[in-house]
Order: sequence, then C-alpha cells, then structure tokens
Amino acid sequence: MRIIATINDEKVAFETEPQEMLLDVLRREGYKGVKRGCNTGDCGACAIIIDGVVVNSCIVFAASVQGKEIITIEGIGTPDAPHPLQTAFDEEGAIQCGFCTPAAIITAYALLKHNPDPSEEEIRDALSGNLCRCGTYTKQINAIQRVAKQGGD
Amino acid sequence: MAGIFPGAASKETAPAADANDHGFNVVGKRTRKVDGLGLATGKALFVDDWPVERPLIGRILTSPLAHARIKSIDTSAAEELPGVACVLTHKDVPRTPHTTAGQGYPEPSPYDTYVLDTKVRFVGDRVAFVAAETAEIADKALKLIKVVYEELPAILDHETAMDEGQPVIHDEEDASGIPDASRNMAAEVGIEVGDVESGLKAADKVFEGTWRTHYAQHTPIEPHISMAYIDENNRIIIVTATQVPFHVRRIIGMIFDIPLKRIRVIKPRIGGGFGTKQEMLLEDVVVALTLKTGRPVKIEYSRKEEFVSSRTRHPMTVKLKAGVKKDGTITAIDMYALSNTGAYGSHALTVLSNTGSKTLPLYKCENVRFKGHAVYTNMPVGGAYRGYGATQGYFALESLIDEMAEWCGKDPLEFRQMNHIEEGGTSPIFKKLGEGREGMEQNVESSSLPECIEQGATAIGWAAKRAAGKQGVKKRGVGMCILMQGSGIAGIDMGAAALKMNEDGSFNLFIGATDIGTGSDTILAQLAAERLGVELEDIQVLSSDTDLTPFDVGAYASSTTYISGGAVVKCADKMRRRILEVAGDMLGEDPQTLDIVDKKVVSPSGKSLTLGEVGLHAWFYAEDKKQLVAGASHVSMTSPPPFTAHFAEVEVDTETGKVEVVDYAAATDCGTALNPNLAEGQVEGCIMNGLSFALTEEYVFSSKGAMLNPNFFDYKIWTTVDQPPLKIILCPTYEPTGPCGAKSVGEIGINGPMPAIANAIYNACGIRLYETPFTPDRVLAALKAKE
Repeated sequence: MRIIATINDEKVAFETEPQEMLLDVLRREGYKGVKRGCNTGDCGACAIIIDGVVVNSCIVFAASVQGKEIITIEGIGTPDAPHPLQTAFDEEGAIQCGFCTPAAIITAYALLKHNPDPSEEEIRDALSGNLCRCGTYTKQINAIQRVAKQGGD
Repeated sequence: MAGIFPGAASKETAPAADANDHGFNVVGKRTRKVDGLGLATGKALFVDDWPVERPLIGRILTSPLAHARIKSIDTSAAEELPGVACVLTHKDVPRTPHTTAGQGYPEPSPYDTYVLDTKVRFVGDRVAFVAAETAEIADKALKLIKVVYEELPAILDHETAMDEGQPVIHDEEDASGIPDASRNMAAEVGIEVGDVESGLKAADKVFEGTWRTHYAQHTPIEPHISMAYIDENNRIIIVTATQVPFHVRRIIGMIFDIPLKRIRVIKPRIGGGFGTKQEMLLEDVVVALTLKTGRPVKIEYSRKEEFVSSRTRHPMTVKLKAGVKKDGTITAIDMYALSNTGAYGSHALTVLSNTGSKTLPLYKCENVRFKGHAVYTNMPVGGAYRGYGATQGYFALESLIDEMAEWCGKDPLEFRQMNHIEEGGTSPIFKKLGEGREGMEQNVESSSLPECIEQGATAIGWAAKRAAGKQGVKKRGVGMCILMQGSGIAGIDMGAAALKMNEDGSFNLFIGATDIGTGSDTILAQLAAERLGVELEDIQVLSSDTDLTPFDVGAYASSTTYISGGAVVKCADKMRRRILEVAGDMLGEDPQTLDIVDKKVVSPSGKSLTLGEVGLHAWFYAEDKKQLVAGASHVSMTSPPPFTAHFAEVEVDTETGKVEVVDYAAATDCGTALNPNLAEGQVEGCIMNGLSFALTEEYVFSSKGAMLNPNFFDYKIWTTVDQPPLKIILCPTYEPTGPCGAKSVGEIGINGPMPAIANAIYNACGIRLYETPFTPDRVLAALKAKE
C-alpha cells in the first residue's frame, strides 16, 4: 500500500506492507539516524515525533502514519547547522557511543516544545524511555537544562 | 574529620598535580568529541548504516537444548523456500578449533569453539546459518530446518562441574589449551607469596566467607552486528561492531585459511561494547555466508540473541579467608575463585587471573595466595566484561575488609587508610600474577587514593551519616570501598600510530585504537594536537581499519589511553622533529633552537613560519621534496593502576526488602584526565552499570538452562528515573609513565557499587549479603535469618 506522510517538513510517499513497522520504512527511506536497539519498544533508540508526540517507531505500523507529521533527528539539524540541543549534547559530554543520542535529542526536542522550562524531574521523566548504557544521563540533563535556559530553539 | 584521615594530615608533598600545572593547551580541556556532531545529528555511520547494495540477511538457528548431539539436520525445505540464498550446517564450514576471544596472539583462551559443530553446549548455541533476501524469509527458513538431537545430561551449576561422574562438555578431540577437559576445567591459576598458613596462624582473628556473583550482560544499545562482502579485487571486506578489528582479521584468516592480505576489517561508529565486542561472534558467520553466496551478507543479533547467545559476565563463587591482628595489620589473604565460563572458555583464564591480580595488590600484606578454576557448564558463555574479573573479586574482598575493620574497632576508612598500597610502594603480586601468566614487577608511581578517600567521604557526608541512628522501617546506611585496576597489559599490549602532515599545516592521525564510544578518537587527537602545538580541529582522525591504520590490540584491558596514547605522543614528537628540520632549512637556523607554538614554528631570532608554509614548502618548493610522515609503536613494561574510592548511601525497606541507593559519590585518580568530560563519563557509565548489576539485573533460568527474561522489560538496566544523585570527583595525579600523565579510567568504576552497597546495607540494618544481586527476596531472607 502507498502511504503519504510529512517527514521533516517534506511530503514523502512510500510503499509498505500491512505488517511492516515504521522503523524499517524510515531506515529504508534513508532516515538512518533512527536506530534499532531492541525492536520491542523498550530501549527508545528509534524514538521519533509523530504529530508532536514521541513514539518508538519499532512498534508503530508504517501503515498508520497516513497524512501524519513526522520529525526524525535529520529534521532538526545538520552538522553544518546543528540544533542547539545537538551542540549542547556534544559540548556537555552527553555523547559517548552516540547510538542512543539521536533519540534522546528528539525526546528532549519534543519536551522543550511542550515545556520550554522543564524541571530536572520533568526532564528525567521525559528521558526515562531512552536507555543509555554508556551512562550519559547526568550530562544529557545538563545539556537540556542549558538549552532551556538559553530559550530553547 | 581530621582524626580519620591520618594519611592526608601528615602528607608532606604538594597536592597532586593538576593538568593545568603542566601548561597544557589541548589536553585536560573539555573539548567536543571529534565525532560528536556527526553522532548528534544522526549522520555518523554505524554498521547497519553502511552503504552496501542489497545485502542478504543472515540468521542463526540456535539450540533449544543445553547439551545435545546433533544426530541429523535436514535443510531441504529451508533451501527450497523462495528467497533463501543458502543454508549452512557443520558439514559446510571448516572445522577449525579457535577461541572467539579477541586477545593478543597466541591467545590465553582455549581453542574449544567451532564455526558450527555436531554438538550443542548451551541453550542458544549455534546449529545452522541461513542467508535470505529478507529477514522475514530468513526467519521462515529457520523454522523449516529439521534437527534431530540426542539430548545429553547437562551441567547447570558451576559448583558441581568438576565433580566425578559429570558429563564432559568438551569431549571433542581436536580442542586444545584446555587444562583438564575430563573434569570440565577450562582454566587454572595458583600463586602464593610469603606463607599464608603461618600468616593465618599469626592472626588474632581469621575471617572467612563465600561470595557468589551472578550472570549479567553488557547490553550495548546497538547489539552485535557484522556485514561482509567481496570487493572487486576478490578481497573480503568485513564491516563490524568490534572492539578488536585486528584480532578479528587474524581469527577469520585462521578459521577459513584465508591469507590476511585478502581480508580487510573496518570498524565504523559502534554503539557501545563494554567487553562483549572484544569477541569474534558474528564475523565468521557473515564470512561463511558471503563466501558461499558471493553476495554481501549482514547479520544483527536480536535483543534476545544478544542476551542468550553472545557473551556475559562470568558468574563466580569466591571464597576468601584473611587474618588480622587487633591493631589492624592484615597477616594473610587467601582467595579462591571458581568461575563459570559457560559452554566455551572465552577469556576464562584471564578473567580468573584478574580476580586476584587486580584486587590483591591493593592491600599491604606479606602472605597472599590466589587460586582459581574456571569451569565449563551448559550455560551462557562468559566473556570480557568491563571490570574483567576484578568486579567479582572486589565484592568479596571489600566486604571482608569491612568485616575486619569492624572487628578491629576501626572506621572502615581508617582501616583502609592504614592498609592500602601507597605511592612509591609495590606488591609482590604484580610480578607473581599477571593476566593468564606471570606479571611484571612495578612500583606505584602515582596515587591520590588518600585524597580520593577524603574527598569522597566529604561528598557523601560520611562521618555524620555513619553515626546517625537507625530507626523505623526504612533504615539508611552508608558504605564504601576502595579499588584499583590497571592500564593495559604490561609487556603485551601494543598500540601504534601514524601521522601525515598536509600542505595547510593540518594532520591526519591514523590509529589502530578502537573508539567504541569511549572517546578515544578524541583524546588521542588531543594528545597529538598538544604535542604538535596545534588545535584539536587540525587533527583528522582515522581509526580501526586494518588496511589503513597501524596495528593496535584494540579497546580492552583499560589500555587505550595509556598504551595507544603513548604511541600517539611518540609519533607526534617524531613528526615535530621532522617539521622543525624542514623549518630549520627554510630559516637557515638550527632545528634544535626552534619550537612550535600556536600553529607556528618560532625561532629565538624572532622569525616564524606557519605550519602551512612548512607543509607547502615540503611538498612543492623544497629541493628535497617530501611528505612529512611519522609512525610509532608503544608497549609498556608497567601497568599503572588508577585508584578510586566509592561511597553509597542506601535506604533499606525492612518490610519489603527493597534497597534504594539515595546518594553515591566516587572520587577517582586517573592521572591526568585528558578530557574531563569524557573521564567523568567513563566513571558515570561504570557506576550506572554497576548499580543495576548490584540491584536489578539478573538472568532468570528455566530448570533446563534457558534464559527466561531476555528483554529490557524483564531485565532491568537503569534509566534517568532510577539514577540516584551521583557525585563524580576527579583527583588528578601525574603518572610519569603515561601520555601527558594519564592512566586508565574505563573500567575501574564498575567494581565499586556492589561492595559499597553491600557495606551500606550492613550499616543500615546489620545484614551481610553474600549473593548478588541484592533483590528484595535476598534482603528479606537475610533479615529473617538475622532475627
């Protein structure tokens, strides 16, 4: 079946099968910043934003995003023009292996959109679905607080 | 507080040197990571992002039984399934005994593993491989393979593995390096210094106990993943999530009898390792499938396979006996470790050795014995895991030290302060016990352990909290431990580096060292920039490609900063001399008088040249035109230990048995912290993993040896909301043998949470826990036993 959705402000059409997951489609379509860590919705490495809400794309059927607005890590900044969150994660030492980083940044991006001045507890709650085995949580929180103080994006 | 810090009060030397005291410009700074923005924007390439045309997807059929012989395999239905490219069984692959452990050659691990075998030795062991056009087809094909097994009796308890009458797990004749296969013994260690029996006799009190640690998995968020293809020159290219690209090349060459020159191993960005990727686990599978099909093949472990079929932390039973005099002098320490290596002996000997060698030198004691065995069981396979045996040893040692301190009537800090190894000191263990063989004599050239103890105690509020009363259902307590590790394997680990100067005065740094998220690309570039008088941005790093970079043993044994860093410093110093020679020619001055400052060659005469001018001259204007290049290798005859002191405050709910860590402090001496952001990150990562290992991570097995909870829902690693406040303190020293004064920091911290929490639980409610993890049921059982 053919699905048309908006991905990072661009209308994108793709073919999918009824049982196919959005993570697989996104990666096939070139959004490689969306990572696969468990395929069961437990690790959060594949987090993206659909209509303003953070979801794990490994447990979302691709066929369910007809007409929806999707934001992936590729949609918020590039190495040339990084989003303040991307710069802050780098400068605060919040990146170790970097595999969970895009999804953590996407989660933080959605948080700051809804809540530009979150408390530490609210940041911790928001990030609680993004596993980081390297243990960068404190520095992630520092980075997000720094961006919030600067007025987000 | 002064009374419990006699060491600190009487210390006459100046406080440990700060990185800034050495006038560093790039080293010691919280720079960005050289790969940071690529990772933050999702542009960085991991294995699964590597561009390759239509790879086949590989899948592995695994054993449902803990121990069985394969009587027959029928693959015909699977092979007939449209979209299946090939199915491989033990009949189709070379039978080359090898170890999957990525270690220096010849490896100290037994050659007891086969690409595919006629026998399966644990639930999750390999039975057959499939390659198909899609993952769905490959999964379908696995279900069509018919295997007839002859089930064998299995060993599921390592404490009985060497008993008479047990089945022999490695009864194959072509395995080698197994000390006693008939008794399922995969490794054996035994050393003694002084005379332990007399030491015990001389003691006023002898303590003994048995500590048991459990199965755990590294759970990198990126599971193991490998891809292989054959290039236009008929070479085999392996792109893989590995900590050890050069060892992988060698092992693959040996298994398939392929000349090394035909193999290229590339490590792109990888999503964490923690030891589990110091192993050749999927590379042989993709090579076998690509050789058969001629097509690119990619395999990624599912999260379930990552838990069940990859590698784990060796569970251990540690028996410890030690004698102490009333005044707090330790008269003897006698440690025995029984390690469960699971079905294969990967890292069996070396992890076991480290249980003694990385723990026992910490305390001054003349009579010390360490013995140990690693045994085969029909359980998941042990492997390298951050901490590498020391984690298990420290749980026992630091628990027992606490018991001794209490008996002597001393504060745990004071007891440790009077007994721990000091700067300038040595231990006979360093020489007697290395990693799987004899070690190297060494003195401790740098240590701020006294400061670590003091600063950690202040951060946690030790004195006040220790003295606080324990009322109510929820009881709070504080506990602590001290630790050491090493920096690389003395006399064995080698790293190499090469530098090339470009005509704009920038450099390419080529290193075999393997950045697995640790930030080694960044700190190695910082070292090069420091010695060359340039900025971090002037160093372009290319690492971990067996075609393009010089050799390095890889990311393990806490070696990269110290060993690979040593190579980079040597290499940069050579390059510097070459630059000054060319500049000397250009200026008509003696190179010896020149210096590089802020990207310029400067002369006492006041003349200067930019590095760009020197580079351009060397390539295009000089009569004797040349590419400025340099290379260097580094090996160290010592392995300077980093030190740390960890402090935990816990709250024990005596009704439910739940243990909550309410505060945690760790003060660490890693020499110069080359990049404090990254050094703190290593400590924090260690502590987070150590905390959940101590409290929530646990394999649950069926009575037949199958893991029942192979997912992140049932196997709990910690996230932001589980994290207690962490106070991470660096207490720098300047290690004279290290690059710009640095020692290691990657592993040491993971050994702390388990003993610190155990000691805090005792302080809170008077129970000593000897089995891990400290789950509510174990706590309640101990509370009940106490009553």
